[in-house]
Amino acid sequence: MSTPAPIPAADPAYVRIANVTKKFGDFTAVDNVSLDIQRGEIFCLLGGSGSGKTTLLRMLAGFETPTSGSIRIDGTDMSTIPPYERPVNMMFQSYALFPHMSVEKNVAFGLEQEGLTRAEVARKVAEILDIVKMGGFGARKPHQLSGGQRQRVALARALVKRPKLLLLDEPLAALDKKLREHTQFELINIQQRMGVTFVVVTHDQEEAMTLGTRLGVMNHGRIVQVGSPSDIYESPANRFVADFIGSVNMFEGQVSQEGPEGVRISCAEVGTTVRADRAVTCSRGATVWTAIRPEKITIRRSQPAAAAGENVLRGTVREIAYMGDLSIYLVQVESGKMVRVTLPNTMRGGERPIAREEKVWLSWHGSSPVVLTE
Amino acid sequence: MRLSQLAGRRLVAGIPILWLIVLFMIPFLIVFRISFSEVRLAIPPYTPLITWHHGSPSLEVHWSAYKFLFTDSLYISSYLYSLKVAAVSTLCCLLLGYPMAYAIARAQPSVRSVLLMLIILPFWTSFLLRVYAWIGLLKNNGVINNVLLYLHVIKEPLALLQTDFAVYIGIVYSYLPFMILPLYANLEKHDPALLEAAADLGARPFTAFRRVTLPQSLPGILAGSLLVFIPAVGEYVIPTLLGRTDQIMIGRVLSDEFFENRDWPVASAVAILILLILVIPIMLFQRAQRRELEGAS
Repeated sequence: MSTPAPIPAADPAYVRIANVTKKFGDFTAVDNVSLDIQRGEIFCLLGGSGSGKTTLLRMLAGFETPTSGSIRIDGTDMSTIPPYERPVNMMFQSYALFPHMSVEKNVAFGLEQEGLTRAEVARKVAEILDIVKMGGFGARKPHQLSGGQRQRVALARALVKRPKLLLLDEPLAALDKKLREHTQFELINIQQRMGVTFVVVTHDQEEAMTLGTRLGVMNHGRIVQVGSPSDIYESPANRFVADFIGSVNMFEGQVSQEGPEGVRISCAEVGTTVRADRAVTCSRGATVWTAIRPEKITIRRSQPAAAAGENVLRGTVREIAYMGDLSIYLVQVESGKMVRVTLPNTMRGGERPIAREEKVWLSWHGSSPVVLTE
Repeated sequence: MRLSQLAGRRLVAGIPILWLIVLFMIPFLIVFRISFSEVRLAIPPYTPLITWHHGSPSLEVHWSAYKFLFTDSLYISSYLYSLKVAAVSTLCCLLLGYPMAYAIARAQPSVRSVLLMLIILPFWTSFLLRVYAWIGLLKNNGVINNVLLYLHVIKEPLALLQTDFAVYIGIVYSYLPFMILPLYANLEKHDPALLEAAADLGARPFTAFRRVTLPQSLPGILAGSLLVFIPAVGEYVIPTLLGRTDQIMIGRVLSDEFFENRDWPVASAVAILILLILVIPIMLFQRAQRRELEGAS
């Protein structure tokens, strides 16, 4: 019985963060976070500024040491391993390219630390520069490159050592919108080609949704919810997540009826009963919140044929924002509360659109509302 | 409006130019001219450049002062000694000043200003006074010897004063701030993320320093070194007060030629030659500065 426990070869958790806390003086940046990241996935840590996501990333890189808890990468405890010995590379938000070195030298820097021959270094540098489409720029200095090109060099420099884990700190934040969209897909492409596990930190929920195979939403140093992008969007765990990811209409109410086929919540705030066709663990009379995404609400001029007073609201259109692909309607319901509705502009020209100050009916399907107890 | 703006701009640029012409260019030309004459017992004590023979002017250029510098070994050995003292002092300043500048640049902002203040603090006392204070410390019955004798580390006083060692101490002590300040100005601008990036790519702390911090601080090293080296070559006060009597530095030679020998042409030639020796590092300095400006933009 004295044989040491063998490290399981097929441990599903490639990176295991267990009860990690990081304090800076009195401030707790990361608060008892436990998280498993699988091999080959793109895991996005999403949160506002000060949510602790960057601190968590820096602990993975080794720039910060956890106050308590442990980090294992591929089964190895990282607590005593300095950054320069970790099988991890990072792409910095500022890119942190060495200004006095050419693109080639920047990319070669990591390989030179491994003691490879010159020819090998040159071959690997050329290969990775081709992958990020910077083949012809090897002799340039970083200040002679555009923002997008610098981003590619930073990516090449981080990838050239074939790390087990690549950490990306706000990888697209410095790029303009068009380039960002393009680069997002390219990042996914490169990740799949090279089979590296990515951990991405971002404050941009759109970026997280498109990049991530799974997301971890952070708030005040804690992980609030972990799940696939659609899990998090469609089934947020609480009001913070519902509100942080996308936009949402949140109505407070009391549970008036609950059963295995669903719940009814009377929302005095908007003057209707919300019926959700999903079982929720809550008791009658408890205060809960219903969250309904703007695109899941139907807006029309005539009264919908729904059960009277259930999942239906009457109001007046106060604002319309035309976004091209869709329009946002701000509807003031009879109780005075504003409800946000989005409608895709599927038809060009089409029938007479709903105008401002028009009286409208809002309704939604019983599967749309999410009932949140916290 | 535009005209007055232009006039204002000319005035701003003109004052320093005028200053340099009157107080630097003209005196330099006078010294340059004197270096090509010979001594004579008159006022002024050198031969005129242009003499008149039967109504026609003839130019009289004497190279004797320069020739003299290369015939008497005193001059060459003084030049070489001055360059050696300046070089060793600059190196010592660099080795001492770099870690200090680095520490200041990495200190908390609140501590940083205090540390910078401490670097500048010696300037509040007269330079001459500070050098005299070193005599009090280094002399045979000075503070250092007395303490060592009291502690029985030594049996008889060490000869510290009037040695090369004393000159190095004096120069390093006096010029250290001129090394630290430009180095600090450079190091303070470094992005700490670059060192993290180097560590992340597998560089140990020393490698990261050698390959990232050091190359980027070269302009600062050069600026600091020249700010120490150039004045140290011509230093007069420190070697005179603390230094050897058997081997003098070129600044002392210059002063002796003027005031003791009253040989103005040789003194001028000594000065011109110092200038020539220093112009090369000054040009290097300016090139480095230009490069740094380009790098920053």
